[in-house]
Amino acid sequence: MVAAAIALPLAYLVMRALGAGGETADLLLRPRTLETLGRTVALVVAVTGVALALALPLAWLTSRSDIPLRRVWSALLPLPLVIPSYVAGFVVVAALGPRGMLQSMLAAPLGVERLPEIYGFPGAVLTIVLVAFPYALLTLQAALRGLDPALEEVSRNLGHGQWDTFWRVTLPQLRPALAAGGLLIALYTLSDFGAVSLLHYETFTWAIYLQYQASLDRTIAAALSLVLVAVTVVILLVDLSLRGRARYHRSSSGAARPSAPVKLGRWRWPALAFCALTVTGALVMPVAVLLYWLAQALHAGEPLRAVWGAAANSAYASGLAALVAIAAALPVAILAVRYPGAVSALLERFTYMGFALPGIVLALALVFFGANFATPLYQTLAMLVFAYVILFLPQAVGTCRTALLQVSPRLEEAARSLGRTPAQVVTTITLPLIRPGILAGAALVFLSTMKELPATLLLSPIGFRSLATTIWSATDNGFLARAAVPALLLILVSSLPMAFFVIRQQRTRP
Amino acid sequence: MSNIAVRCAGLSKSFEDVPAVQDIDLEVVEGSTLALVGPSGCGKTTLLRLIGGFEVPDSGSVEVSGRPVVGPGLFVPPEKRRVGIIFQDYALFPHMTVAENIAYGLPRDADRPERVRQMIALSGLAGMESRMPHELSGGQQQRVALARSLAARPHVLLLDEPFSNLDPGLRARVRAEVRDILSLAGATAIFVTHDQDEALLLGDRVAVMNGGRIEQADTPEQVFHRPASPFVGTFLGAADMLPARVAGEVLTAEIGVLPFSGDLPVGTEVTLLVRPDDISIQPDPDGPGRIVEAQFQGGFYLYRVRLPSGATIRSLQSHIRRFRIGTPVSVSLEQGHDLPCFHQDRPVPRAGGRAAR
Repeated sequence: MVAAAIALPLAYLVMRALGAGGETADLLLRPRTLETLGRTVALVVAVTGVALALALPLAWLTSRSDIPLRRVWSALLPLPLVIPSYVAGFVVVAALGPRGMLQSMLAAPLGVERLPEIYGFPGAVLTIVLVAFPYALLTLQAALRGLDPALEEVSRNLGHGQWDTFWRVTLPQLRPALAAGGLLIALYTLSDFGAVSLLHYETFTWAIYLQYQASLDRTIAAALSLVLVAVTVVILLVDLSLRGRARYHRSSSGAARPSAPVKLGRWRWPALAFCALTVTGALVMPVAVLLYWLAQALHAGEPLRAVWGAAANSAYASGLAALVAIAAALPVAILAVRYPGAVSALLERFTYMGFALPGIVLALALVFFGANFATPLYQTLAMLVFAYVILFLPQAVGTCRTALLQVSPRLEEAARSLGRTPAQVVTTITLPLIRPGILAGAALVFLSTMKELPATLLLSPIGFRSLATTIWSATDNGFLARAAVPALLLILVSSLPMAFFVIRQQRTRP
Repeated sequence: MSNIAVRCAGLSKSFEDVPAVQDIDLEVVEGSTLALVGPSGCGKTTLLRLIGGFEVPDSGSVEVSGRPVVGPGLFVPPEKRRVGIIFQDYALFPHMTVAENIAYGLPRDADRPERVRQMIALSGLAGMESRMPHELSGGQQQRVALARSLAARPHVLLLDEPFSNLDPGLRARVRAEVRDILSLAGATAIFVTHDQDEALLLGDRVAVMNGGRIEQADTPEQVFHRPASPFVGTFLGAADMLPARVAGEVLTAEIGVLPFSGDLPVGTEVTLLVRPDDISIQPDPDGPGRIVEAQFQGGFYLYRVRLPSGATIRSLQSHIRRFRIGTPVSVSLEQGHDLPCFHQDRPVPRAGGRAAR
C-alpha cells in the first residue's frame, strides 16, 4: 500500500508529460531547456568538486593529525548540516548582496557602491558548498578512522615517505568514501531549491517552480521535472557503475588499533587557520548575520506573533509527518528484516525513492494528482503531510531497520514459546526493544520536515505559513529582517539533536 | 506404563530442496531427558524447531502430551503448544529484569508472584530478581532462561546447544546445575548438542543424528557399546574400523582371532569397531606393528600403530609406557571387551566375546 501510494503520483507525472506528445519533445529541445540543463550540471559538478576538496583535508586533519583542539573542530565542522540551504542563501544575500552587510561596512569609509555580483553561479556554489560539505566530511572521517593503520605502516616500511604514502595508499582506499560523499552532495545540489531560487540561478528546480507559477499549462513544468528525474537517475547509475568496479576489503575489522596521530610540526598553524576559517565561514558568519538582522528586526519592531504562528504550523505538520512516517515505516522494516525475500526487498527499495526524488518534482506530481483525481485532498494538510512522508520515509525505515537488525529473532521466538501471540510479541518485546530506533527515526523526519521548502511552497493549504516559507518569501522579497527570527529558531531547533548525535559519537569513540 | 511427552512420526523437512530432517520417528517419555547429538548440519536444531513450532514440516506429525500439534491439515502455533525452548544465546529479554523475564510467560493472576518466587528459589537466583540480564554471568543467564521456561509449566523443554556459550571451566558446573534443576522440576527435556560427552552424561536416552536421520536412539550405554551403525560408533568416542573375515565359529582379523556366534557364511567380510582401550601393545622386535604417532594426553599416551596391511589402529596406554616412534610392537586385544561388528554397515549380533590368540 505504501509503495502504491508512492508510485501513483509519479506515474501521473509521466502520463501528463507524455500526453502532450510532440509538444513535449519540442519543449525539451528548446535552447532554454538545454541552457538549464547546462547550468544544473555545472552547478552539480562545481559544488561537488569544491565540497570534496574542502572536506578531504578537513577530514584528515580532524581524524589523523595532532591539530590543536581536534575534538572541538570535529564537533563544530559537521554543524552546518543543520542550516537549510535557503537560510544559507539568506545569509549570503544579507552579507554579500547589494545593500548587504559587507557593502554597508565598506560604503562609509571607502565609498564602495557596488560589490562583485553575488547572484548567480558564484553565490549558488558558495551557498550550497557551505551547507553540504559536511556530508563528505562525515563519510571521509568515518573511512579514515576505519582504515587499517598496518597498510600505511607497510608502505612506510617499504620505503615510501609520508606524502607518497598518502597519495598511493591512503587516498585510493578513501575512494568509496569520496564516492559516497560526492553522491550525497550531488543529489543534494540537484534537488536544492532554496539556495538557487534565492540566488537567482536558474537550475531545473527553480525553472520548474517558475513555469508552475507563470503559466496555467503545466505541461512544461511536468516535462522539466522528468528531465530532472532523468539527471538524477544518470547520477545514480554513474555511482553504481563506479561502485561495481571497486572492491575494498579490510583485512581486519573495526577492532583494529587506531593509528597514531600524524605530527603536523610547523604546518599546525596554517592547518589551524584553515579549520577556523571554515568554521567561521560556514557557522560563525551565518549565526552572526542572523543575529545582526535579529537586532535590526527588534529595532524596527517586526511583529513576532506571526513567527510563533508559523513555528506552531511547522511543528504541527512536522509532528504529523513524523507519526505517519513511523507508522508506515514499521511494517516495511519488519517485513524487510524478518521476512527477507524478493517482494519485501523490492518494497523496501521502493520506499528509498524519496532519497533521490527532488522535493519539487514530488510536489508537482502531487499537485497534478490532487487537482485532477483527489480534489477533496488538494491543498489540504493531509496532502502536504503525505508529501513529507514520501520524501522522508527512507530516514524512518532506515533507523527502524537498523534497530530491528539488532534484535535477535530468538527473542521473539522465546516469547512465542512462552504463550504469547505474534501481536503480543510485537507490543511487549519488539517495539520496546526498537524504541530508540523509532524515536531517532521520528526525530529525523520531524527535523527534515521542519526544513523542507519546495513541497511546502507548492502544497500548503491556502494561508498556511511555516517557518520555511516565511524565511523564503521574506528573503525573496528583500525583507531580510523578517527572515532572521524564524531562521534562528529553525537552526536552534535543528541543532539540538545534531549536538546530541555528535556528543554521543565522540563518547563511543574515546 | 509411562506417558509419552513428545511423539514424532514420519517427520520430514527440506529447505529449498535440501532435506534437513528426514522421516523422523521419536518418542520421549515424560520426566526423562533425551540428548539429540550429531555433527553440525545433521538436522538436530531443525528437529527441535519443528517440535517447538518455529518451522512447519513438509510431512509427518508431532504430538505433545498426547495432543496432536502438527499433522496433515493441522498446525498449532508455538504459543499454544506449551513447549518451552531455551536458545543457545538464552534470548533473555534485555529490557526486563530477571523477575520480569521469569514472569513473562505466566498469566496475570494471583498466583503469578508466588510462581516467580518458586522459580527463583528453584534456580538459585534469590537476590537477583531486579538485575538486568546484562548484569548476570553466563551461568546465571542460563538459569534465568531455564526458570523463565519452567515457570510456564511446559509439557516439554527444548534446549538448543545450551552449554556451548559457556567457557569450558564453567561448563561442567552449569551442566550439573541444569541437570539438578530439571530433575527437581520433574521436567521432560530434549536437548541438542554436538558434544558426545555431554550427550552421554546428561541424556537418559541418546539419539544420534546424521544426515537428517536418527541412526540410533537408546540408553547412553547401549549407544556407546552397541552402536547401530559405524557412524554412531565412531561419532561417540574414538574408534577405528578394522576389517575381519568370518571363519566358522571365529572371526579372523589382523590383530587376532575372536569367537563369533553370528549367522553369516564362512568368508564374509565384516568390519570391527575397535576403541583405543581395547588394544594392548607390547614392544617386540619381531612384532608386525610400528608406532607412527604418539599423543601425550597427561595421564595417558595415545599411540597410533601401523599394521602390515597399511591400516592404522590406536591404543591408549598409561603415561608410564613410553615408546619411541618407529618402535616395532605386537598388537593384541584386551581381554573381556565386546567388539561391535558390522556387515555392510549393519550391526551383526554378538560379534565376539573374549579375544583368543
